[in-house]
Amino acid sequence: MNFKLKDIGPQLMTVIAVVLVFGFFTYNAQVNMESRGIDFGYGFLSQESSFDVQFSLIEYDGSHSYFRAYLVGLLNTILVSVIGIILATILGVIVGIARLSPNYLINKFAAFYVEFFRNIPLLLQIFFWYFAALRALPLPQDAEAIFGISFLTIKGLYVPAFIWQNFNVFFYSVVAAIIAIIVIRIHAKKLQETQGKQTPVLLISIGLILILPLLSFLIGGVSLSFEVPVLKQLATTSFIYEGGVSLPPELIALALSLSLYTATFIAECVRAGIQGVGKGQKEAAASIGLTPNQVLKLVVMPQALRIIIPPTTNQYLNLTKNSSLAAAIAYPDLVLVFAGTALMQTGKAIEIVSITMFTYLSLSISISLLMNWYNKKIAITEK
Amino acid sequence: MSKINFLKPDKSNLNTFLYLGSFLFFIGVLDVLLNSFFSLNITGFLPGFLSFLLPLVLGFIGLYFIRIELSGIKQLDLLNKHINTNNFNAILSLLIIFIILKSIPPILSWFFVNASFAGDSKDVCTGSGACWTYIKVWMRRFMYGMYPNGEQWRINLSFIALALLGSVGYFATDKFKKYLTLYYVVIYPFIAFLFIFFFISGGPVFFDFSYGIIAAILSIIIGFFIPSKFKFYYFLIVPFALYILLKYFIFFEEYIELGKLDGLNWVETGAWGGLSLTFIISFFCLIFCFPIGMAFALGRRSGFPLIRYISIGFIEFWRGVPLITVLFMSAVMFPMFLPADFFIDKLVRCIIAISLFEAAYVAEVIRGGLQALPRGQYEAAKSLGMGYWRMHIFVILPQALKLVIPGIANTFLALVKDTPLIFVVGLLEIVGMLNLAKTNPEWLGFAMEGYVFAAIIFWIICYAMSKYSYNLEQKYKTDR
Repeated sequence: MNFKLKDIGPQLMTVIAVVLVFGFFTYNAQVNMESRGIDFGYGFLSQESSFDVQFSLIEYDGSHSYFRAYLVGLLNTILVSVIGIILATILGVIVGIARLSPNYLINKFAAFYVEFFRNIPLLLQIFFWYFAALRALPLPQDAEAIFGISFLTIKGLYVPAFIWQNFNVFFYSVVAAIIAIIVIRIHAKKLQETQGKQTPVLLISIGLILILPLLSFLIGGVSLSFEVPVLKQLATTSFIYEGGVSLPPELIALALSLSLYTATFIAECVRAGIQGVGKGQKEAAASIGLTPNQVLKLVVMPQALRIIIPPTTNQYLNLTKNSSLAAAIAYPDLVLVFAGTALMQTGKAIEIVSITMFTYLSLSISISLLMNWYNKKIAITEK
Repeated sequence: MSKINFLKPDKSNLNTFLYLGSFLFFIGVLDVLLNSFFSLNITGFLPGFLSFLLPLVLGFIGLYFIRIELSGIKQLDLLNKHINTNNFNAILSLLIIFIILKSIPPILSWFFVNASFAGDSKDVCTGSGACWTYIKVWMRRFMYGMYPNGEQWRINLSFIALALLGSVGYFATDKFKKYLTLYYVVIYPFIAFLFIFFFISGGPVFFDFSYGIIAAILSIIIGFFIPSKFKFYYFLIVPFALYILLKYFIFFEEYIELGKLDGLNWVETGAWGGLSLTFIISFFCLIFCFPIGMAFALGRRSGFPLIRYISIGFIEFWRGVPLITVLFMSAVMFPMFLPADFFIDKLVRCIIAISLFEAAYVAEVIRGGLQALPRGQYEAAKSLGMGYWRMHIFVILPQALKLVIPGIANTFLALVKDTPLIFVVGLLEIVGMLNLAKTNPEWLGFAMEGYVFAAIIFWIICYAMSKYSYNLEQKYKTDR
């Protein structure tokens, strides 16, 4: 190590500048809080929150603590993100492949979809679905049943609830099936590599995942019944559905717009990934006698996925962060419940905003660390 | 004529298959067409399910019949190649054709045929279509927010002036081309700031036009005697120096009374809004986030570990949090970090927050460009004896920035699309104004029109930007 003054100078100056800025901010924060009589601390998290949340996955009411409210918000954020990610991936992959279709109409249709939805601000789309499109839905009493069991009304989507008997037996059977499939896959791969024998893994997998849970119904005493939502009259003009599961319109609008918006970006990632696989690769694979399906499965997809997955994860992260727009239509996510209502009640601006930011930050950083690890694992080692 | 096998269309019976296929296809399309445009159901005599599926079946059989390879008819071959390669594609093509046919009439009728354009009250909107009257009545609000009607010419004038000044680059002769970067990076933002701060806001004035004009005329006259070599630096410094000299040292003027620019009223930023606010915020964030992002991109590639870690921390922090929490922070947390008697305007705080946020994304994009440059470029520049800054300004950055034009354009697009989020701090640009107008008791129930209107505007802006960036990319694409 040879220290040079030339090297130390700029670093020292930067550090001093950063320390000065932060010191200035902390000093002011202290002075301001003292003069307003606010004390800094996270003790409020265990206090009673005394506000209600419209929609929550865990049991919650005003008598629970602020920490519980935080959890409710976090779970709601995760719920809408997961729904959005699943829908966006399905739609994005379809549209991405459609954009590469030789069929002129499909190609242009997909291109139109992508150009249309990604050039309109997400917030505007959320507002459109929530305030304009979903408001045009029928009232509960006028709603027509979808397949006789679900109802899409202005107050949300009502779907039947599953009522399980001995659910854990069923759950274990599914887990057992999945483990068996993984074992068979590994075994089949070994067989293929050592002896060149091919096993119909897909058929066996489908069979297992169907048969084992079925057995649990027949032998394990598992039974499933549906609770269909039923219309109930509250007052002369006020109706409501009871029973079943209800998805609030906020959730529907948010999940819909998030997935429609993010799907355009995922579609572009998929397209770029498939286009990124060289033509020579496909031709080479075909020339050694692989069928088109095998070419796609063994040659194109593994290489395309290497290009597709990193930007797609980025889009998943964006979707999760964008789900904070929920605050605009009063879907009780982390920002609305915690950085909105809880902040109003406690006035603990610094603590609450920092917790909220830290939550999102740790979510992003953990996913990007995972991504870096994955990238390193699949990167082509070049000589 | 050979025997016809209907399951296997071939070239020998081309005409038969062609007539039969086109006829069936035509019938299928006609059915949908009549159904959607004239609500006539020519297959209504069939049971409901069959009547619904019939066009698809007919069209499918028709397309199957005309799927003849190398028929020798150019149009038919093109058609087969593009929409009719196999059964699956044929069905998808038919579905898309039917969807388009089905959706045109309702869209047309909503947008134009049944829409109301005239009048200036809600009463004219009786049709089933859109109520564009609503947009017409609220147009000023959507464009200028709560900015007083009588003063809106100030915004128009500023925007026109700034657009004209911004287009200078297209008309600059070769002689002035070398100053364009300086002009766009330093002078133009400064002029824009002056316009917005003094003219649109009518903020506290410390610029006196009478002295300004005298100073300008004087400096131009003296400018004739300056050798052309120094003219640029002369005009950069002397007019301002003359102005200050005149005002404070010769005439000893005080500040003009606060908030008056020769009779302009002060309009507080809370009243700004609408599309003009979108432009103002996008413009300033765009200007600020670029240099900040560049600095942090260089910092992240720096050889000094401390600077590198600080840059990484900055970039990852802003990229990890949603913009809405950043705006929350600027609204409720940031004032706590400032001295008690120190007040920063809401709009300025917003611009700072968005700029820092977008700067992190710009930094990552630029870093991508820096990483993509081959090492040889750095080594070549160093071997010519260039220092860090010279190397980056003359060799590295021009190439790296060229590489990342699409990425930067995408970031700017994201910035424009993110501006509606400022509703969090209570500023209402066009989407915010829509939500406000929607709750007006006299104009209830026109949410759809408003959102469609805003969507069209944003779409045009964003699409134009992305096309422009594509052109830019093509223009600066050089073989490497």
